Amino acid sequence: MIEVKNLHKSFEDIKILKGISTSFEKGKTNLIIGQSGSGKTVLLKCLLGLFDYQQGSIAYDQKLFSSLTANEKRILRSQIGMVFQGGALFDSLSIAENVMFPLKMFTKQSRSEMEDRVNSALKRVDLENAHHKMPSEASGGMQKRVAIARAIVNNPKYLFCDEPNSGLDPKTAIVIDNLIQEITKEFDIVTVINSHDMNSVMEIGEKILFLKDGLKAWEGSNDTIFKTDNEVVTDFVYSSNLFKKVRKMYLEDHD
Amino acid sequence: MLRFFYFSSNYTQMNYLHNIGSYFLMIGEMFRKPTKWSVMKHLILKDVEDLIIGSIGIVAFISFFVGGVITIQTALNIDNPLIPKYLVGFATRQSVILEFAPTFISIIMAGKVGSFITSSIGTMRVTEQIDALEVMGINSVNYLVFPKTIALLLYPFVISIAMFLGIIGGMAACVFGGYATFEDYVIGIQTDFTPFHMAYAFIKTIVFAFLLATIPAFHGYYMKGGALEVGKASTTAFVWTSVAIILLNYILTQMLLS
Repeated sequence: MIEVKNLHKSFEDIKILKGISTSFEKGKTNLIIGQSGSGKTVLLKCLLGLFDYQQGSIAYDQKLFSSLTANEKRILRSQIGMVFQGGALFDSLSIAENVMFPLKMFTKQSRSEMEDRVNSALKRVDLENAHHKMPSEASGGMQKRVAIARAIVNNPKYLFCDEPNSGLDPKTAIVIDNLIQEITKEFDIVTVINSHDMNSVMEIGEKILFLKDGLKAWEGSNDTIFKTDNEVVTDFVYSSNLFKKVRKMYLEDHD
Repeated sequence: MLRFFYFSSNYTQMNYLHNIGSYFLMIGEMFRKPTKWSVMKHLILKDVEDLIIGSIGIVAFISFFVGGVITIQTALNIDNPLIPKYLVGFATRQSVILEFAPTFISIIMAGKVGSFITSSIGTMRVTEQIDALEVMGINSVNYLVFPKTIALLLYPFVISIAMFLGIIGGMAACVFGGYATFEDYVIGIQTDFTPFHMAYAFIKTIVFAFLLATIPAFHGYYMKGGALEVGKASTTAFVWTSVAIILLNYILTQMLLS
């Protein structure tokens, strides 16, 4: 579990996070949603240790991140898998080499052992025949799947995804969503997804944190989000006519 | 208005100081928490291929023809019949070894190698590849900058080729242009040879190699923005690398030759 308490983050005089407290649970897909500029990415980068914060605390399995030694932080980071918005695959490495990268850096496995792990990770994301392709030769969906394979190849305890569906067609987006949810259950890991894709919210949002202007505006799940009367949430989530109709139908069915 | 200029000039000075401080912090960071040797050796070999071997062609081409031009200009300016013809070879050797090969080629390399380093690291910044390294707990400065610095330790090899081909180019221009005989040219390049001049040239080369690796890497690593800013960072890196090379060329010459 990851616990965040009273997190404040500013850039010079601009306050981005204004006292966020929440927890992200193991074996669940935890979604952070909100409008652009609401502080989602900053929160994610604080969780990853890419940004320092001014006040508050972040604890990984009850260990405060700020009190970890450099070596403990290195060990923790080797247990983190991250899927970046654009994939962030290394251009100079082939797809197989990209997936093998964390193993090369953090393990002492033999070449054949690493190749076996890479094969199983690529098989898990349905990319068995793409080993020798370069990232530039892969489609957006393939790049995301490679990024997921790279994130899970070292059996992480925590998986972070920054807008994993951005730039993907709806069908591929659902494939990626389901893949992330399956991996979360299969490996029993803490998964935190930063998203503003409403399909993802409805499909895989087992826990949802809604941010507005750097504050926690609402917390719940994809079930409770239909029933909430929080205007800030309903304005954002049900802004399209389609989702308004879906919500209406849901509420009628559950009355 | 005066107040505005006072503050803006102070701001600019602070910005320069901030950048210089960040540059030295980056160099310190480069030697901290090293990447596994099994990974690092491949990065070094790749950078040797990209930065050193990939530069030999253009350096050879430029050196040969600039050597020829130095010879022709020297020969055309010696119109006094009392001045011996072998001075053409002597002047070419001195110009090539002392200044052209180490400094002029380094400025060209600031354009070729420097912009490559800035744009490749800058693109990694824009596409979050550096963030990906950091999230994995890898010292990204060591991973990206250290292999380039080590690869550029072979830069004196490139400069040796530049020296050799500059003198050969001068010889070809001299002999085929009819400015002096082959024997005169050879006597000229052997006249009053001072071995310390070679040491001076290679000391400069090693210092310039370090600048060529680190200044463009600094501009790429700390860049902010998108693709347009990568281009701007490459241009800025070229300008500052050239400025640093010219300044240190002056300081080293004053220290070593005066």
